[in-house]
Amino acid sequence: MITKRIIPCLDVRDGRVVKGVHFEGLRDVSSPVELADLYSRSGADELVFYDITASADDRKIFTEILRETASKVFIPLTVGGGIGSVEDFDRVLKCGADKVSVNSGAIRNPKLIGEAAKRYGSQCVVLSADVKRVDGVFRVFAKGGRENTGMEAISWIRYGVEEGAGEIVVNSMDTDGVKKGFDLEMLEAVCDAVSVPVIASGGAGTVQDFIDLFKALPKVDAGLAASVFHFGEIRIADLKQEMQRAGIPARIVNTEG
Amino acid sequence: MIAIVDYGIGNLFSLRSSFAAIGKDAQVTADPEVLRSADRIILPGVGAFADAARKLAESGLQETVLAEARNGKPMLGICLGMQLLFDKSYEFGEYEGLGLIPGAVRPIRDVIPADYKIPHIGWNALHFHNPCPLFRYIQEGDAVYFVHSYYAADCDEYVTATAEYGAELTAAVQRGNVYGTQFHPEKSGNVGLAILRAFAEVPSC
Repeated sequence: MITKRIIPCLDVRDGRVVKGVHFEGLRDVSSPVELADLYSRSGADELVFYDITASADDRKIFTEILRETASKVFIPLTVGGGIGSVEDFDRVLKCGADKVSVNSGAIRNPKLIGEAAKRYGSQCVVLSADVKRVDGVFRVFAKGGRENTGMEAISWIRYGVEEGAGEIVVNSMDTDGVKKGFDLEMLEAVCDAVSVPVIASGGAGTVQDFIDLFKALPKVDAGLAASVFHFGEIRIADLKQEMQRAGIPARIVNTEG
Repeated sequence: MIAIVDYGIGNLFSLRSSFAAIGKDAQVTADPEVLRSADRIILPGVGAFADAARKLAESGLQETVLAEARNGKPMLGICLGMQLLFDKSYEFGEYEGLGLIPGAVRPIRDVIPADYKIPHIGWNALHFHNPCPLFRYIQEGDAVYFVHSYYAADCDEYVTATAEYGAELTAAVQRGNVYGTQFHPEKSGNVGLAILRAFAEVPSC
């Protein structure tokens, strides 16, 4: 049986993980390579590296970090942040990324999804959408959630899948940072609209939030989070055990390896 | 030395890094001479079957790959590389494969319930069928990483492991010195590395 995936997301700037990470109460870790390795050992099913650098020089550092991580960590790696062209896909795929996540870049140039899917395959193209309710309608936001595009979210996501996006990350801006659980209503609307894997993001505060997510919405394939893992509020190994106990298929990793 | 066949398809970075991580000498190559001198061959692949089959034929490496496999050199096809080992594929038409293992590649959609998503993507448990030397360091039920929309059919005799996804899908195959995994060992954590190590250790003639 296919397992539900747990995906930590790392924001990387100047070659370091932003804010540093208090890993499992042991010490602060800010090396993306080291952190990726620790997460992989504790049972993370995939990793997302989010590039929040601005300059071209910094981008070079990010690419080097990615290359080093991909040569040491053997689980799927997704890269997001600053992806605006097929050349950007090429740059990160050559350094060992398996999937590339597009967000604002696809909003600026909606053809990018199809071009990338044709060149690298749908399995490689992840459409990530920052979604927020505005007057009761799900709207897509760009530029890290700063700009309301006015687009209705479900039609945008449906368009992305038709163009060839192989997976969808739904980040609910309404529940993000609140730590009171995932946005089940929004996720259900997306799951009903598309037939590709859906990754839930935004709102995880406790182990129970993940269990509620997978129990309420069996169509959701994965849960993504950042700070709850980084600050040790949820240990991935514990989360996996609890999922299994609740009857949710989870990959349990032998931590000795 | 393990030769990773570079015929212009797929991302070979992780595969090469995986062998480095387990201390095995591996070389990405498009040189038939290197394939001949290697003691093992990896046939990788992602994307569409027809495109990959055409590129392999055009690369001029296909004859060498076939000759080395028939000479008994251990060979491992991964993902689409595994599908290429079969007689034919029905992905967007009907296309010929290498014919090293009898069988055909068919859409998963034909055998799974309608509410299962395509592709089959993520971590799924291996169920062992016929014994296989590639599994010497792993256990029944260990999970590996899959991404595929087509599966190897009509090849029961050669199936060494399956994964359950609304149907028992072929996960690994073996016919003599020719091995295949539908999943990506280079993306399957320690379980995947253990499979690659086992492949690096199967006797080479």
